[in-house]
Amino acid sequence: MADTPSLNLHVPEPEVRPGDTPDFSSFEIPRAGEVRCPEIDADPEDIRDLAFSIIRVLNKQGKAVGPWADMLSDDDLRAGLSHMMTLRTFDARMMVAQRQGKTSFYMQHLGEEAVSCAFRKALEPGDMNFPTYRQAGLLIANDFPLTQMMNQIYSNDGDSARGRQLPVFYSSKEHGFFSISGNLATQYIQAVGWSMASAIKGDTKIAAAWIGDGSTAESDFHASLVFASTYKAPVVLNVVNNQWAISTFQGIAKGGSGTFAARGLGFGIPALRVDGNDYLAVYAAAKWAADRARANLGPTIIEYVTYRAAGHSTSDDPSAYRPKDEKDAWPLGDPVDRLKAHLIGKGAWSEERHTQAEAEILVMVEEAQKESEAIGTLLTGTLPSPSDMFRDVFAEMPPHLVEQRQEAGV
Amino acid sequence: MPNMTMIEAVRDAHDVMMERDGDIVVYGQDVGYFGGVFRCTAGLQEKYGSNRCFDAPISELGIVGSAIGMATYGLKPCIEIQFADYMYPAYDQIVSEAARMRYRSGGEFTCPMVIRMPTGGGIYGAQTHSQSPEALFTHVAGLKTVMPSNPADAKGLLTAAMEDPDPVIFLEPKRLYNGPFDGHHDKPIVPWKKHALGEVPEGYHKVDFGKAAVRREGSAATILAYGTMVHVALEAVQSSGIDAEVIDLRSLLPLDKDAIVRSVSKTGRCVIVHEATLTNGFGAELASIVQKECFYQLEAPIQRVAGWDTPYPHASEWDYFPGPDRVVTALNTVMEA
Repeated sequence: MADTPSLNLHVPEPEVRPGDTPDFSSFEIPRAGEVRCPEIDADPEDIRDLAFSIIRVLNKQGKAVGPWADMLSDDDLRAGLSHMMTLRTFDARMMVAQRQGKTSFYMQHLGEEAVSCAFRKALEPGDMNFPTYRQAGLLIANDFPLTQMMNQIYSNDGDSARGRQLPVFYSSKEHGFFSISGNLATQYIQAVGWSMASAIKGDTKIAAAWIGDGSTAESDFHASLVFASTYKAPVVLNVVNNQWAISTFQGIAKGGSGTFAARGLGFGIPALRVDGNDYLAVYAAAKWAADRARANLGPTIIEYVTYRAAGHSTSDDPSAYRPKDEKDAWPLGDPVDRLKAHLIGKGAWSEERHTQAEAEILVMVEEAQKESEAIGTLLTGTLPSPSDMFRDVFAEMPPHLVEQRQEAGV
Repeated sequence: MPNMTMIEAVRDAHDVMMERDGDIVVYGQDVGYFGGVFRCTAGLQEKYGSNRCFDAPISELGIVGSAIGMATYGLKPCIEIQFADYMYPAYDQIVSEAARMRYRSGGEFTCPMVIRMPTGGGIYGAQTHSQSPEALFTHVAGLKTVMPSNPADAKGLLTAAMEDPDPVIFLEPKRLYNGPFDGHHDKPIVPWKKHALGEVPEGYHKVDFGKAAVRREGSAATILAYGTMVHVALEAVQSSGIDAEVIDLRSLLPLDKDAIVRSVSKTGRCVIVHEATLTNGFGAELASIVQKECFYQLEAPIQRVAGWDTPYPHASEWDYFPGPDRVVTALNTVMEA
């Protein structure tokens, strides 16, 4: 026993911290077009390698290359660019609105716009997303009115959920966007159950589950993979790996597993790993998984490799835990810049058109903001009635809540 | 009317309702082919197919979480948590999700679902097969919580639960599955087949939530009880000779406040009995209601009889279980005051 070494605890650390030079040199990135595109009915056992590579379509020159390319028309791509630009502009305006005290809290998407905007395009009407707080592109790319989003953010009288939820926790059944929960990962298993219901009823609808890299550590994630695998649920299991869970780097949730996509392999779930800053690659992978689910072939897990270029929320300052310029060193670039360059390279877009589009989008967002603020913001204007606080706890208000509402005098 | 055990009554409610409503799906651990460890879903898979009654992995959060997804889709899941003690991994899904879905989405997404849980002790199940967690549910806004004390109510309340537009926690006192256990563990139990409350109406039978039942009329004191403790209370009344009224609450939320106030106002004395631990138990809420609404009619301080504030023990089960002797002591206390 004298020779037995002492044990010591391994606590993973990111390679760099504030003050260090950002370094992604150990981050392996395959060349665009390199990863094969299997048939949707491929045996998960035969495509295990896809969990460890990165599906990329846009190369450094902005050209779409390889077997996952050429799935979208120029019109589709211009619309996709517009969606991402709208989301970015919307975020910028709402960040300012929060700083002005018009709402309590906001969460932006900077750098991650392609993930939700491109994914939405792979779904059909009637399908349902179970999003986290950083997928508002699912709404914008599905023509949800910006004013309604702002009404929710301002908790004003125009909010269909009556100002009950934290800002950005939208809900729209009609737009395939499930009510967001702040308890992370809980909705992953609900998406699986929702899709099981579609299969039980013999319908054609599929679900999409969403989770971040950090929340994959929750038991809900593992239960979801078991259920999805057991019942071959028609669901797309999305993992948005933006490298950071507030201040915690992805290595804390990932442990020694290699990639988040690889979590699916032990469950026999096909796993794709995708360049999350490449609109074309995100769409291609999403479409592959959606087609597979709709063909009754079961779930797919997709890891989107991206980078959270801004703080977690308006309550977060990332310079306290990572180098300030790390976002500039991120090797997969910016999703808006990359799609823009691709379209310009094809002759389907130009700097002039881009500048003009930026101006038009800003006007559109500003007009929506004016309309929403005319109803009210968190502290001014018309807010939901306090009596709304007592509604919708149950379908019918039970006697004890009627009593309490009367006591509250509302 | 046929006589049934509580197990048969629960199964019958499933059968009648699954026949009437094609959106009801039933699943849980061992629930499908085998029909449940207590046999409450026996025969349902054979009759309705494995799309509507099936086995689930051992993951309570998975069972409840997937059911929430199904409910928001438009199905009506009626799921089983094998023992209420196993519920805790699913508590986040129940509290933060099912209970709040209607509220947080402004009524856009709702969770009409039933979560059945065999509950309570008296079966030598120790701390992981004996708990009574009702107060963990009645404390949560957005949940309804019911606990039947007999086969007829089990069927009727389960029917109401399956028709309810909101999530319902359905607690089945497993010590009552085969007969009205009165706390005398050393005596043979009277089977439901030979008991009036074992008579269960055939076909569709519904007992509305929020309505208590008077199990014994009396004028000297009121005993508020539910589940197994209803029968313990009746036995205590019998052995003490005190003319107490026994109220079976049946539905804890919504609660039949009127029935409580009516009875205690009449008798002026109140004993509250539950099997769950005492401190912060549902009895505290009942005591609060009684003192507020019946203060000027009360002749004596309210007494509570409950499980001790310890985990449920194995060897000392019958020292822990709040049996009829402790209820008699409480009755004597309120009568002597």
